[in-house]
Amino acid sequence: MEYALAVIVLLGVVALVVAAPLRPGAEAEAKEDARRAELEAAKEAKYREIRDAELDLRMGKLSEADHRVTDRELREQAITILRELDELAPEEQPAAR
Amino acid sequence: MAAVGSACLLVGLLAALYAVGSALYGARTGRRQWVVSSRRAMYALAGLTVGATAIIQAAYYRSDFSFALVAENSSTTTPLFYKLTALWSSQAGSLLLWVLLLSLFSSAVLFSTRRRHREIAPYATAVLAGLAAVFASLMLVYASPFEVLVNPPVEGSGLNPLLRHPAMMIHPTMLYSGYVGFSVPFAFAVGALITRRTGADWIRSTRRYTLIAWTFLGFGIMLGALWSYSELGWGGYWAWDPVENASLMPWLTGTAFLHSIMVQERRGMLKVWNASLIVATFVLALLGTFLVRSGILESIHAFGASTIGTPFLIFIGVVLAGSVALILSRLGDLRTEARLDSLLSREAFFLLNNLVLVGICFVIFWGTFFPLISEAVTGTRASVGPPWFNRYSTPLVLVLVLLSGVGPVIAWRRVTASSLRRAFLVPVAATAVTLVALLLFTSAAESTASLIMFCLVAFVISVVGQEFARGAAGRRTMTGEGRVAALFGLVARNRRRYGGYIVHVGIALLIVGVAGSSAFPEQRDVRLAPGQSMELEGYRLTYREATARILDDRSGTGAPITLGAIIDVEKDGERFQLSPSRNYFGSNAASAERPVAGFFEGEATSEVDLRWGLSHDLWSAVRPDLGVLDEAVRDADRRFAGAEFREAQGLVVAALAERYRRQAPPAQFRTLVSPLVAWIWIGGGVMLLGALTALWPTPDGRQRRVRSLYAARVGRELSRA
Repeated sequence: MEYALAVIVLLGVVALVVAAPLRPGAEAEAKEDARRAELEAAKEAKYREIRDAELDLRMGKLSEADHRVTDRELREQAITILRELDELAPEEQPAAR
Repeated sequence: MAAVGSACLLVGLLAALYAVGSALYGARTGRRQWVVSSRRAMYALAGLTVGATAIIQAAYYRSDFSFALVAENSSTTTPLFYKLTALWSSQAGSLLLWVLLLSLFSSAVLFSTRRRHREIAPYATAVLAGLAAVFASLMLVYASPFEVLVNPPVEGSGLNPLLRHPAMMIHPTMLYSGYVGFSVPFAFAVGALITRRTGADWIRSTRRYTLIAWTFLGFGIMLGALWSYSELGWGGYWAWDPVENASLMPWLTGTAFLHSIMVQERRGMLKVWNASLIVATFVLALLGTFLVRSGILESIHAFGASTIGTPFLIFIGVVLAGSVALILSRLGDLRTEARLDSLLSREAFFLLNNLVLVGICFVIFWGTFFPLISEAVTGTRASVGPPWFNRYSTPLVLVLVLLSGVGPVIAWRRVTASSLRRAFLVPVAATAVTLVALLLFTSAAESTASLIMFCLVAFVISVVGQEFARGAAGRRTMTGEGRVAALFGLVARNRRRYGGYIVHVGIALLIVGVAGSSAFPEQRDVRLAPGQSMELEGYRLTYREATARILDDRSGTGAPITLGAIIDVEKDGERFQLSPSRNYFGSNAASAERPVAGFFEGEATSEVDLRWGLSHDLWSAVRPDLGVLDEAVRDADRRFAGAEFREAQGLVVAALAERYRRQAPPAQFRTLVSPLVAWIWIGGGVMLLGALTALWPTPDGRQRRVRSLYAARVGRELSRA
């Protein structure tokens, strides 16, 4: 009896928790811009690579010539990401530009 | 409350099954709300398993023996710390711990990625929920922690005495956190393969969880080694035992994965390899769980008979077969995005390091499962011992240590001869100086492998030291900071890179300990009577007197009887004492006919005493000879047989222990001088520090400044493009 009662109560609580997003008008989170978040993460990663390459140059692991090539490639990739970000929300232009 | 606990498990299983269904439905139909609902089901599962765990822990705290699990693994005399950690000494408790950790890890990763990976996350949720459902089902069908006894005993059986060691009770949670943690990158890898989004996005989002899992597993392995060294009474810390090996294998492949994902992030290469590595790591983690519980291979670490062996093995088979089939079906999507520019590049060395790590893992796998392989082929179960493992793993470890020194100074893509010269000049010189010093001032040359290992360690440490020095110098030039501030600033700004370097130093220090202690140990097993002495490596050890304590075990295990010895130690005018002992936990089989003998016939554990030192440890264990008490015990059994003498029982046992102390017979001593063994624990601590450095999140403010700085620079180029 105690077991059945506990199962019913717990099932009710879980149902309330999982059903909330299924109610009409509860789609705010579903509309969040996942693509923007992914691009932001990709941009962060690209900036980290640029910083790493600069550190490698300062420590003598990369020659000036190699660093120029690597840095240019990485910046081109970063630019592509920024363009994609801009296309998502053209009205929000980065302040740096 | 047991009914509520069982209800938590049942509803938890239903929540997990719902999460699988709703995540897949949401992914197929594109209806996001169902995916959000599945994520919430995983949060609910976490809440339910926390509730179930709290209920069983409360039962342990109260010594509520109506819970079968509590009656089997605890007692009123078990110290509180061991009561609260006794849960995972049982099969049912281990499964509950698995589901608890899995639901918490899953909730954390699904929350942190809730605005990303719209395509991958639903499938990852389904995989994580599916894993939780399997473990919850195993609990409900085969090993429920909430089984109730109709007639509860007055006293419980107590915790297995061997497990009464602080390291051993923390060890399982660390190990399981490692095993379970690898399910996160595994689930996202499956999601990425299913959705054909095989870029580096899923790696970036789960890298932190992989590192957390790797850190937990490594720390757990270290605690297990410490337990073995200080509790098992044989003097070693690693015996190539199947369960030890089972924990090391996923750590090795996880280490390889952590390196090779950097290549995929940077160059878009090694995609098939990375997918295969994380599958292998997760399957090996499942295998580790299986080996501890199945009893399929003999191990000092395998506790209790299992009822989940066959279904668990089928589950592992399904995970392996399904993952391999998925990778094979996605080979076209896993094509590399770039080619190897040069064999002298960081990516080439990472690949080599991966091959060596997997090679070591394969050696260990073969040796661990050789008894089963030989039985299947020849019908006879044969096994291989530590010499076999050492023979094949040592050369590979030497190469690995060398690579861990070379890797940090090699640049991505290619390296020039001049930068190579600049990078290796100081480390090679330091290695040469170390070699000469070792040959001139130590006996390291007696073991070639150890000599090479010490030199390679010097190479690694000098490489990393040089990296820190040059990086700090570069930062000083840019910022004008002082030396210390520049060093800290350098690490703080590049935590992932320098955290990794610190881990390399930790590994190097650990290798120093392993090389020294395994190549140059000195051991003596002698039988000494009080007053007699022995000598070992310049130490003079004299057995001064026997000790006997009742309910006064100083290591806090709650042992009723502790018999030991006081040893006077002298070396070069320095004097100190060691007090090794042996705990006797009594037998539950003690009957009314043999009410006293039972106290001495149960499990016994060694309480090692040792003097730590940076150059060596002096380690001592004692095995008292209880023969002197035989006649007195038999006499006491005759006198008190069948009698109700519970109050007098303690007095009789105390009198017998006092008799042992006063008339101490010769005792068996094992004494070891283990060179450099402390460096294993120091190295482990440094590894942990490095891992935490790499894991520590960058402060938001700093991240924003960095972001705006680079955004401006990249933005300027964009305007010119």
